[in-house]
Amino acid sequence: MKKTFDNKAWFLVLPVFLMVLFNSLIPLMTVVNYSVQETFGNNEFFWSGTRWFEQVLHDRQFHESLMRQIIFTGLVLLIQIPLGLAIALCMPRKGPWVSVCLVLIALPLLVPWNVVGSMWNIMALPDIGLLGKAINGLGISFNYTRQPLAAWFTVVLMDVWHWTSLVVLLCYAGLVSIPDAYYQAAQVDGASRWSVFRYIQLPKLKHVLTIAILLRFMDSFMIYTEVIVLTGGGPGSTTKFLSIDLVQKALGGFDLGPAAAFSIVYFLIILFLSWLFYTLMMRGEAK
Amino acid sequence: MDGMQGTSILSWMAWTAPTALFFIFIACCLVAMTVWEILVPGGDPRHGILGLDTTRGDRLFISLLGSAFICLAYLAAFGSNLWPAVAICVLYAIAVFRWV
Repeated sequence: MKKTFDNKAWFLVLPVFLMVLFNSLIPLMTVVNYSVQETFGNNEFFWSGTRWFEQVLHDRQFHESLMRQIIFTGLVLLIQIPLGLAIALCMPRKGPWVSVCLVLIALPLLVPWNVVGSMWNIMALPDIGLLGKAINGLGISFNYTRQPLAAWFTVVLMDVWHWTSLVVLLCYAGLVSIPDAYYQAAQVDGASRWSVFRYIQLPKLKHVLTIAILLRFMDSFMIYTEVIVLTGGGPGSTTKFLSIDLVQKALGGFDLGPAAAFSIVYFLIILFLSWLFYTLMMRGEAK
Repeated sequence: MDGMQGTSILSWMAWTAPTALFFIFIACCLVAMTVWEILVPGGDPRHGILGLDTTRGDRLFISLLGSAFICLAYLAAFGSNLWPAVAICVLYAIAVFRWV
């Protein structure tokens, strides 16, 4: 049978192109335009060349924020991906408990980001918060408003609480889609629990894990609301991540030029690392 | 650029000639790649020296992304005269399209 090609189908994706144009391309173009100009308001702009990029690249505050961001994202990925996978493996696949588990697991994802920040802000307070009081009750000095380590602990714990559910749900969806025939074959061969995980479940979860890692990487690398509500970037600047630094530059100082240059460098880092993750995880897939 | 900013409906986007040229260049690259693919189809992904399987589109993406980082690194190390960086970017893109 002769295969026919109908390029009119492209018109069906036209709305998506238009949406991407308006919510991504046009704002991105505007940011690029701002990044090479100086403005004092009143929609007046003056050419400044690459000055803002040089300023950002030599800015010690930017380097420190970037380093904090990389450490935070690395920690979050190291905890959330294995934890999410482990919880998904422990969840029941059949029976009445499936719905209960899914609802309970999904609950943190339904809480708005600023509410998450407020909840943890109160819960980690050393004098009245459940978490803060409990840790201090154990004899460990804990005050996230003054101690950088306590602040980091609270921020990471908050993110793990909020977002591990996403990894769990993705992994669970991947696990239930594995046909029973694989498990039956493993049972016939007398495969151990570890072998089933290593040679059946993990390879079958490759795509799901790639999506989970990419989503968690991009989201944690752009974290803003929860942290600004919880610690405000403090104590000092110890939890000031890239997005907080950027917002302070753009809105606090109204330095649109430097903030735009900062945004472009930030965007390029996210784009490069996302591409790297995706490429490394999908390597050899074409074969 | 004053007239462009003052009278155009796009004045809020604060266009400048260099940034407009930059985006026109990107658009031209995409059009040229499309025409190239129609005239000489690229076929399956190719296994390059980095061990990656890449199509022509992938190689364009790697070239553009790499060029952005080359320019930033050059800017940080040597300052604002970016013409040598542009030359390095062109050589880098040729290498990517030839070997990656």
